[in-house]
Amino acid sequence: MELLIVLSVPALGAAVSMIAPSRRVAAATTVLGALVVLVLSLRVALVTANGADMVAVKDWVSCDALGALLLLLTSFVGLTAALFSWGYLAKTPNSGRSGAGRRYYSNLNLFLLSLFAVPVLAHVALVWIAVELTTLLSVFLVSYEDTPEALEAAWKYMMLTCMGAALALVGVLMLYWTMTVSGGGPFTWQGLVAASSRMPPEPLMTAFLFILVGFGTKAGLVPLHTWLPDAHSQAPSPVCALLSGVETSAVLYAILRLLPVLQGIGGAAASWCVVFGLISTAAAAFLLIQVKDYKRLFAFSTIEHMGIILVGAGMGGADAQLGATYQVMSHAITKSFCFYAAGAALLVSGVRYIPSVRGLIRTSPITGASLILGGLAISGAPPFAVFFSEISILRAGLRTGHYLAVGLLSFSIVVAFCGIMFHVTRMVFGKPSPESVAVALPRSCVGALALAAIPVLVIGLYLPQWLTDLLGHAAATLGR
Amino acid sequence: MGTIEMVSLLSQQLLGLVGGLFLLTAFGLVVTRQLRSNLMVFVVQSVLLAASALILGYAKSSTHLLVVAGLSVVIKPLLIPLILHRTVSSDVFARREIFQVLNIPTALLVAVGLVIFSYFIARPLLGDSDAAIRINLPIGIAGLLLGAFAMTVRREAIPQVMAILSMENGAFFAGIAIAPGLPLIAELAASFDMLIIALVMGLLTKKIHERVGTTSVGELAALKEGSEQWNS
Repeated sequence: MELLIVLSVPALGAAVSMIAPSRRVAAATTVLGALVVLVLSLRVALVTANGADMVAVKDWVSCDALGALLLLLTSFVGLTAALFSWGYLAKTPNSGRSGAGRRYYSNLNLFLLSLFAVPVLAHVALVWIAVELTTLLSVFLVSYEDTPEALEAAWKYMMLTCMGAALALVGVLMLYWTMTVSGGGPFTWQGLVAASSRMPPEPLMTAFLFILVGFGTKAGLVPLHTWLPDAHSQAPSPVCALLSGVETSAVLYAILRLLPVLQGIGGAAASWCVVFGLISTAAAAFLLIQVKDYKRLFAFSTIEHMGIILVGAGMGGADAQLGATYQVMSHAITKSFCFYAAGAALLVSGVRYIPSVRGLIRTSPITGASLILGGLAISGAPPFAVFFSEISILRAGLRTGHYLAVGLLSFSIVVAFCGIMFHVTRMVFGKPSPESVAVALPRSCVGALALAAIPVLVIGLYLPQWLTDLLGHAAATLGR
Repeated sequence: MGTIEMVSLLSQQLLGLVGGLFLLTAFGLVVTRQLRSNLMVFVVQSVLLAASALILGYAKSSTHLLVVAGLSVVIKPLLIPLILHRTVSSDVFARREIFQVLNIPTALLVAVGLVIFSYFIARPLLGDSDAAIRINLPIGIAGLLLGAFAMTVRREAIPQVMAILSMENGAFFAGIAIAPGLPLIAELAASFDMLIIALVMGLLTKKIHERVGTTSVGELAALKEGSEQWNS
């Protein structure tokens, strides 16, 4: 029942935002809706943390621990994004057009709906449609500012990810085919795992490769990542937080779900994941060094993290899988916080060019502190969650004898750490340019930053028991 | 394979004919230069997809495939061009693409290579499958790959949209043979999805046309690593 409400709340929110008399009403509706969904998904998470599945409509709408984890993260980021949008939109140049704000909130609600649909839907064909809708419903959020650059980013985003989705569609249809020739059954993630031992290996592997390349495009895996830094830097910051923090993970979720299905036919699929992941991590780590736009900096860091998750899941074994799910969580909470900090920096300084931003800690202490906290947390400094998830993946890799992969991965992580910290410290410290003035952030933005900072600060040091259970059960669904 | 009964010889031959024509339209999408004829080629391709579903549905007496054929014939050749004409102004359609990334002979050569490659992919999967799968699966994959190729070599917005939609056509062309039992709700949602694609792409093309003044999306290259455009 909760799952159906989770899907209907943002749909309702979209309708109300469209007919709302003013932007404030639309904003309030969105925040309220996101809050309701967060409470409901907490309930779903608590139920699935005990190892039980939440079923609303059998074989169509259901949620297990991995889905619940993704749902919880999406709804949390959704709430902070809705809150951050409130003040951010008031300060962005384009909010003056009639109805632009209401359309923004309406689109935001629809985008959230498609993001919630990915973990909640069980039928694989419907999951494909949900993933495709996450692109289509976020295109106009990416192009919100209507500058030529934003439109270019939106176009590249839509074209490349739709191309990927078409490739993945063939993969999904082939999966269905292998399912029918091996005796049928419900076309769900669990149904696929149950039928996997009877499936012929060649079509299964071909289907997996189509889906890996297709959805990999949307998850930002190198070499099909070129759209990601554009879209994730041109969109308004709260949208970036959703795109980078949870949308990429939601797509990766669809790939990871196939790993247990392919375990029966040898380690080929897992090796593909490790290789793709390593290439993405290394390429992103080196591209990080030369960025000139601080939002692109965090976008490349997303590609790096997607690579790490894929390597962790691909190496196999319970520990590495736990590390991968932990990394999904730490990435979502930390990256969304980073984009709020970047959004605050944009509000304060008005530029995206790194060398023009200096001494943020003096012009706006809250922004400067958030940016340095986000930079440390996302690059994997010790007391934060990303550090622990990366370490657990590296340790698990050493234990299972993936020495080369672990070596390359730790090298890339160190390079990325240096790249991120180099740029962030220059922006935060240093001498502010003489013409910069102290600007106060809107109160809702400060509130969103504070709310998003709580899990960033806490998760690394203390994990509640139910969350540990949820992560454990979620990791167990990646193996067989 | 076992669950699907053999289709008769006549319908096999018809399927082969439709498949060949489908492949021809996929080539057409790579090379046609007039935007209007590009759209026409897509319409023909969609009709051929519907025809293939119709033949298969008749041969296997599956109402499901007949519904799919009906959906394809309404949505792709009728509604999608309608949506595009409504959203994008007509002077965009009057454009002719002068500059292509590859010249036509080279593009055709690469396209032939892609078709051979798709037979190479499909061959090990066929096993003892029935004739419908033998015909439709490799051609569907070829349609998909040719669409992806057309998207990368085209620089105008509308041909790129057509390329994306033809990729989905290719996927469905394979799908009607390999996954005829897919639940109807998934088919309906996928068709609806095609409409949203056309609508979103049309609206975005219109915005780009208004704001940037061109629909040559291939020439939009402000966002690149190391680009020096740092205003705002």
